[in-house]
Amino acid sequence: MTDYVSILSIDLSLVAPELVLLAAAALILLFIPLRKMVFLAPVIAALAFILSFYLAVGQWHYSGSGFAGLVTCDSFGVMFKLIFLLASFLSLLIARRFFVIKGIDKPEFYALLLFSVIGMMVMANTVDLVVMFLGLEIMSIPLYVMAAFNRRSLESNEAGIKYFIMGAFASAFLLMGIAFIYGAAETTDFRRIVADFSYIVANYRIYLYAGTALILVGFGFKVAIVPFHTWVPDVYQGAPTPVTGFFSVAPKAAGFAVMLRIFLYGFERIELLADIFWVLAVLTMTVGNIMALRQDNVKRMLAYSSIAHAGYIMIALVVGGSEAISAAMFYLVAYTFFNIGAFAVVTILETRSGCKSDFVELAGIGKATPYLSAVLALFMFALAGFPPTVGFFGKFYLFSAAVKAGYIWLAVIGVMNSFVSVYYYLRVIKTSYMDPYEGQPAVVKLVPSIFLVLIITAVGTLGLGFFPQKLLELSQAALFAFL
Amino acid sequence: MNLDTIVFLVSAVVAVFSATMMISQRNTVASVLYLILSLLAQAVLYIQLSALFLSAVLIIVYAGAIMVLFLFVVMLLNLRGNQDLGDKPSPVSRITKYLVSILLVVELVFIIRGIGFDTGTVGIMTLAADDFGSVAAVARILFTNYLYPFELTGVLLLVAIVGAVVVSKREKSYETPAGSGNMPDDRKKVEI
Repeated sequence: MTDYVSILSIDLSLVAPELVLLAAAALILLFIPLRKMVFLAPVIAALAFILSFYLAVGQWHYSGSGFAGLVTCDSFGVMFKLIFLLASFLSLLIARRFFVIKGIDKPEFYALLLFSVIGMMVMANTVDLVVMFLGLEIMSIPLYVMAAFNRRSLESNEAGIKYFIMGAFASAFLLMGIAFIYGAAETTDFRRIVADFSYIVANYRIYLYAGTALILVGFGFKVAIVPFHTWVPDVYQGAPTPVTGFFSVAPKAAGFAVMLRIFLYGFERIELLADIFWVLAVLTMTVGNIMALRQDNVKRMLAYSSIAHAGYIMIALVVGGSEAISAAMFYLVAYTFFNIGAFAVVTILETRSGCKSDFVELAGIGKATPYLSAVLALFMFALAGFPPTVGFFGKFYLFSAAVKAGYIWLAVIGVMNSFVSVYYYLRVIKTSYMDPYEGQPAVVKLVPSIFLVLIITAVGTLGLGFFPQKLLELSQAALFAFL
Repeated sequence: MNLDTIVFLVSAVVAVFSATMMISQRNTVASVLYLILSLLAQAVLYIQLSALFLSAVLIIVYAGAIMVLFLFVVMLLNLRGNQDLGDKPSPVSRITKYLVSILLVVELVFIIRGIGFDTGTVGIMTLAADDFGSVAAVARILFTNYLYPFELTGVLLLVAIVGAVVVSKREKSYETPAGSGNMPDDRKKVEI
């Protein structure tokens, strides 16, 4: 018998964090018939996230590949795994309470959340296009269902359908692109494509270009860069709010993990690619910010704001190089803290009956719940990029990477966009503190789980703002074992 | 021009023609039938590439199972004959679709010019190992080198089943408790 386990280096410790989540998801699905066990589902999921986080941290110094080269473990991937786990853990804490209040608390949600995170981790943990695609699908299918999870609300159903159709389109584009690349390179393994790059360019240039363009379109949909962003506002508004918070962070980070890998450590030698990214980054920032100015719904505003933030992160794709990549990672970690924090506050406010998160409903919360609105104000300052929050340093590192690489205009446009964004972020603060309101503003009740989320995110936003060095060192260290 | 080339040309033309017909039909049942025809023609191409097992799978799984499912769905939705498939598209989208198509055609022309139609590479594959495309060869590589994606596909199918059940499971009551569901009243128009 041939010893395939050692020939193919099948090493389960490479995928241990994923396996933990998979086991937890299976457990939850098996618990569903036992009605009295339903409350355990979020507990199991939370414990799995913590255990998986611990195992992922253990992979930090390990770099290597297994499963016939299809799993690649490096600290870049681990960094992104930690981002996914953090975002999903926080979303889980927010979601439980919200779903109980809305009467749609079902254990399947937690299983879907776990599955989705497994998909993201698979994406971050490979340099093979086929595995990347499978990871993307494992991530996306639960997301469609999660968007439509509030089945009593037509808006939530619409969000699910829209997301599903656009996502299916994106997957088709991506698959076509992978097919083109495979046709040109005769492999889907990234390291071999990079090794044979000049040969492929010399002989099958046009297929490589077509494939790259289609892959860009596919991931463009997933991370919502302009002009592939049309689904975002409706989906973000329609989906249950904790799910929206999750959407705005984790799948975006997963998409950027893959895009940074593909476009900066393989295809950066394709001419014009940096220029294309330049245009897309500027478009994404500008359209996102300008559309956000005229929204009357906080969730819609945050949807456009997330598009704008994707534009800022795109700067790293234009600039390239280790400094820009670590700046992008820094930004994604920072963004996880303050964006999920903002969605946590929006979720709490939405638990008031009949609330749809319109701007007018914010009026008076400054008086009714001073602490909550103070935290909301903190997150808005961070989103706008004010010091001393971490949002400032995130933008600072990205823009300074652009300036150092000679993309002065890109940085200037980025800074101008940040100024535009100040208007709509401060509008939230202004409405909650200064706008007149009638009658008694509804008092919202804080529950321990959401309180914990607010503490974590607020401490993260402020603490990393005062001590950004630690996180910066971490994201710089995450590059060494790249590819 | 030998027999291989004639078979290739016929099935290639049939595949592309029926794919075009599939997307241009307004009758959904006809679309599905054209898709089956296109898949059959593609199966012939697979055989010419010595991928016997894959061509059998294409016919059994796609032309057989999945298409029957499609037909079921079409009939369940009761989309008959030339029934209108929704609102007429707005003028903007009517123009854009032609623009995009023209762009793609131009791109295609460039691609074909780029490769310069070297008949040597387009020809039929003749040099293949004896067991190339056989069930054993496919299985061997699937369960060794591609073990990880294979397992992931299992997870993907599980996810899809769970998702489908969650979305379609009948709920105990459809009554909306006051204030919990937000039913549509003043939906905003879709922007940009």
